[in-house]
Amino acid sequence: MQVAKAGAGNRMVARHQRVAFVVMLVFFAAAPTVIYPVFLMKVMCFALFACAFNLLLGYVGLLSFGHAMFLGMAGYVAAHTAKVWGLTPELAILAGAASAAVLGLVSGLIAIRRQGIYFAMITLALAQMVYFFCVQAPFTHGEDGIQAVPRGHLFGFIDLGNRTALYLTVFVVFVAGFLLVYRIIHSPFGQVLKAIRENEARATSLGYDTDRYKLIAFVLSATLSGVAGAMNALVFQLAALNAVHWTMSGEVVLMTLVGGLGTVFGPVVGALVVLAMENYLAQLGAWVTIVQGVIFVVCVLTFRRGIIGELANFLRKPL
Amino acid sequence: MSEIFGIPTQALFGQLLIGLINGSFYALLSLGLAVIFGLLNIINFAHGAQYMMGAFCTWFLLNKLGLGYWWSLALAPVIVGATGVVIERTMLFRLYKLDHLYGFLLTFGLALIIQGLFRQYYGSSGLPYPIPKALQGGQNLGFMFLPNYRAWVIVFSLVICLGTWFMIEKTKLGSYLRAATENPQLVQAFGVNVPRMVTLTYGFGVGLAALAGVMAAPIYSVNPLMGADLIIVVFAVVVIGGMGSIMGSILTGFILGLVEGLTKVFYPEASNTVIFIVMAIVLMIKPAGLFGTQK
Repeated sequence: MQVAKAGAGNRMVARHQRVAFVVMLVFFAAAPTVIYPVFLMKVMCFALFACAFNLLLGYVGLLSFGHAMFLGMAGYVAAHTAKVWGLTPELAILAGAASAAVLGLVSGLIAIRRQGIYFAMITLALAQMVYFFCVQAPFTHGEDGIQAVPRGHLFGFIDLGNRTALYLTVFVVFVAGFLLVYRIIHSPFGQVLKAIRENEARATSLGYDTDRYKLIAFVLSATLSGVAGAMNALVFQLAALNAVHWTMSGEVVLMTLVGGLGTVFGPVVGALVVLAMENYLAQLGAWVTIVQGVIFVVCVLTFRRGIIGELANFLRKPL
Repeated sequence: MSEIFGIPTQALFGQLLIGLINGSFYALLSLGLAVIFGLLNIINFAHGAQYMMGAFCTWFLLNKLGLGYWWSLALAPVIVGATGVVIERTMLFRLYKLDHLYGFLLTFGLALIIQGLFRQYYGSSGLPYPIPKALQGGQNLGFMFLPNYRAWVIVFSLVICLGTWFMIEKTKLGSYLRAATENPQLVQAFGVNVPRMVTLTYGFGVGLAALAGVMAAPIYSVNPLMGADLIIVVFAVVVIGGMGSIMGSILTGFILGLVEGLTKVFYPEASNTVIFIVMAIVLMIKPAGLFGTQK
């Protein structure tokens, strides 16, 4: 009886989210007819990045202020392997994701030794170290970045020089990544993560090795951020320093915060809103930074649920 | 010319001096962060921006009002500290009941706004600031040349750090502060106006950052982004030292400045990253930091 009830409840939740999911699919499938496709591809890359970040902040309560290191490093590795080693795009993306996973494992092992606000400072410091590494390492070409990265042929025969093929590839990878995050959040593993977020001491007392759960979540988040970064590098045919800089780490926090912390769809909406704002203000120089700062302040003071969080609260359904 | 470990002593002592200068700034800034965190439980991300405001304030006072360095040393911390008081009274006080992360994010947003505004109006290239007349020139110590201004920065920041330590650890006002850090409700019940103390503490911490900015103005060029990367290093310093102890923050600041200076001599490629590497090692061995206690 209990089980049946829970099952019915879950299906109710799922129906709401399924509608939202279909809306999102239709949006990204139909939007290229009216919106510049390269912009949409950027949105999907960053939406995946923000979803990966939200997995950590929204569901484990860990604020990583260094996620740019995964995005940027994976971008460099994907660009290097595609351009210098001549790997096909799917292998370049995998190589980028693998490098982000290794980086996530190492930095995760160091960062989870402290909790709360220290975690944010440590990840920020580690990311800054990676930034300086990228400035100096020869393969990143310093200020120039890796330019003219070939998009290549997916699986050896699908030419990604074709705009439609490229768009579909990014679309498929984004949706797969999104569903993976959804699956992680709603798995028993995800329930433990939420338990850690709510009360870590309690989770420990229930017998969970919380450090291990946190580390696994951190590596998963880093890997997915790596996929986003690698894809971003292939789409723009460029891997550059701005993707490793701390401003990028701040940007993904902003996207997640604007869209809604701890909501499934929030990071996607947040990425769309923040990137649209940047696109619109791009000619105004430092004003982009100022507006970002203002949004941060306003969100923290009065709008902590974010867009999707407010919507979910209004509908009384998790989104 | 004499050498130590194959390094000319001139170069070695020169880098150690630069290390001590940087250490002075690390110490002043991490001290301010620690004081603010102790009472407000907020990591003040805007600290780097407020350090920059201190330097800009110095520049304004000289170029718009004709007030020199010594005036700035007294006025800039008060002026910038006052903006800190306004920030605390209008924004930060709303966040005390929430997760610490929100304070971090809010002050990050403030840092973006402040740095963005200064960059919009003054560009990214630096503005020069002259060394005050009384401190120009230098001393020849035989083994190295010591510019007077740099000696002044080291001595003065030591005095300020130790003064702050004395005030917090040895005076009655400091005992209120430490008591309020432990248990604000109880201190309030004894009739101390804790909210006002919190406001003034934030103002004081911001003032320390501004003071560091004043001292930095003649050494580094006055630049809207001068505090942006510095604050990340200071975070690492704070993680290494642990924020439990005032003296710990001061010592860690100076020591890490020296470590950085030595790295510049022996392995310059790592001089940007050495503090982060030290942080990683300390976290592996003693997660609470050298002088901290794990809460």
